[in-house]
Amino acid sequence: MIKYILRRLLGMIPMLLLISIVVFSLALAMPGDPFGGEIDPTNTDPEYIERMREEAGLNDPIPEQYVRWITNFVQGDFGKSVKYRYDVKDLILDRLPNTVFLGIMSLIITYIVAFSMGMYAGRKPYTKMDHLIGGFNYFGLAVPSYIAGIVAIYFFSFKLGWIPYTGSVGVGLEPGTLEYWISRFHHVLVPAIILGLMSTASYTQFLRNDIIENSRKDFVRTARAKGTSESKIYNSHILRNSIIPLVTFLGFDLVNLISGAVITEAIFNYPGLGTLLLDSVQSRDYAVVMTIVMFSSLLVLVGNLLADILYGIVDPRIRLE
Amino acid sequence: MATTEELNKQTQSNEETEYLLEVNNLKTYYPIKGGFFKKTVGHVKAVDGISLKIKKGETFGLVGESGCGKSTAGRTILRLNKPTEGQILFDGKDITNVSGSNLRKARQDFQMVFQDPYASLNPMQMVGDIVSEPILNYNKRKNKKELKKEVMELLNRVGLPEDAYYKYAHEFSGGQRQRIGIARSLALNPKLVIADEPVSALDVSVQSQVLNLLKDLQDEFDLTYLFIAHDLSVVKHMSDRIGVMYLGGLVEVADKDSLYDEPLHPYTKALISAIPEPNPQLKKERIVLEGDVPSPSNPPTGCPFHTRCPLAKPECAEIKPTLKEVKPGHQVACILYD
Repeated sequence: MIKYILRRLLGMIPMLLLISIVVFSLALAMPGDPFGGEIDPTNTDPEYIERMREEAGLNDPIPEQYVRWITNFVQGDFGKSVKYRYDVKDLILDRLPNTVFLGIMSLIITYIVAFSMGMYAGRKPYTKMDHLIGGFNYFGLAVPSYIAGIVAIYFFSFKLGWIPYTGSVGVGLEPGTLEYWISRFHHVLVPAIILGLMSTASYTQFLRNDIIENSRKDFVRTARAKGTSESKIYNSHILRNSIIPLVTFLGFDLVNLISGAVITEAIFNYPGLGTLLLDSVQSRDYAVVMTIVMFSSLLVLVGNLLADILYGIVDPRIRLE
Repeated sequence: MATTEELNKQTQSNEETEYLLEVNNLKTYYPIKGGFFKKTVGHVKAVDGISLKIKKGETFGLVGESGCGKSTAGRTILRLNKPTEGQILFDGKDITNVSGSNLRKARQDFQMVFQDPYASLNPMQMVGDIVSEPILNYNKRKNKKELKKEVMELLNRVGLPEDAYYKYAHEFSGGQRQRIGIARSLALNPKLVIADEPVSALDVSVQSQVLNLLKDLQDEFDLTYLFIAHDLSVVKHMSDRIGVMYLGGLVEVADKDSLYDEPLHPYTKALISAIPEPNPQLKKERIVLEGDVPSPSNPPTGCPFHTRCPLAKPECAEIKPTLKEVKPGHQVACILYD
């Protein structure tokens, strides 16, 4: 198992190198350059511009620029944000906890809601409640998160005044106090639900269908014949078999959290990595964009590895070697 | 005629006490849904009125070609399917309509060995858990160590190594898996075991081992078997009495020897003539039935077999024959013997 994980981790290195080349080329291909907004617009002296470019190393041959960037990157120096004028590393570390908090809350809500709805609908298929849940799922799949987010803000913030519509925490609260944490939960709740809407819907539907499928299998009849109670049949025999396909989603889900967070955070004005990425793209803050993209790629790889390891844990027929 | 029937009734009531299982006119219909509103447009008559009695300690074989309702009959008797009509008496108690926890309580006395040893074991459970679950379900053992010891002994008894306890079903071959299924069914010390084609999914070389195991266990655990199969030689090897099924109904019930030596019903005759003869010198005539088995959703009128029967008379399409005792212990449903 440990051998397997090590081998997989080693295998990630060439993958990440390839990704870095793609990311770097994409950054080069973007229109304009990081100085578009930095140069004093009144100073159009070509010599001044040329001096700035030279200083930033933009005139060096491209392979040289790449090697310089990747060497620094590997050593933990992600460059300097041109817009915020400080290290990308600190910038990201500032925002990361917010996004992680949002992601974890979203995952928790997704799992709780999807499992309770999916297990109910799978156990009592074709009932009114099942159709209701199914309707909710198709609604969740059909409505894009930016629409759902705006509607949620309109109703819950403007009409009902239940939730704040911007920021991650109330103003002037001391970190660490109870009020501070309550305020954070208050701010994160609706964005987390919206972020998880789509995966909640697909998890629920998958779980429901898989439970129905498994409930017709022979081993369920065996369990019934040996006198196992209905609730135990569903909660242990069937569920244990039905969570396996869901594990596949976990890998994708981690990535979804980041990419979905871009939209959700932008709508709710939530200061996380998503808003940072969006801002950086708009202001052509290459160093920040490249770093965030590199880390989400890493997350995809780690997510897949995690899903594979989990497979081995939930399914005894799979041995990782 | 009336006197013989009366006599039959009398002898039956005298013997009533020693029957472990009594099934009266059992029917299992599956609705066919059709149309836009999914209305019931018909029924598949999987089991269409069978009656049988099984004595304590005997093996009752149920044969018939595939699709004739053998497995459905077995499952319905164990109340894994809901009977549409009829009555099931187990050990004197009517279990036709019990449900919920009462049914669960009743289940510990009758268990089933399933046909497909690959699909009928939960792939997520260790063999030890599969076998000990029934015991835990009925709270028969509280002590963990004792339970484990018991399960290991049981695994040993069916011919599996003790370390099978910690393995999963996919790590075993078909024959070994069926042994797991047998161990599981015996864990509760049941009175009746219904074996639903327990060897049809296995290699021929393994079949005999499993069959002999079942026979040995019958003596040891004092079991009564309802043995369902489509293989006539397997049924002959296993059973004391045999019932032949055709299209959801029993056409002939008799002692093993009586059935094989002088089959009465034309269908049974055809079946027995189809058993391969190991001696090539012996030539025997095979009765080849024409046509296909009619659909159980639309069975023929009268005798269900008349469409293929070589001896059919015009009346056969009208009169539905019932099982009648034509010789002691030999019942047949055919108007030729009326």
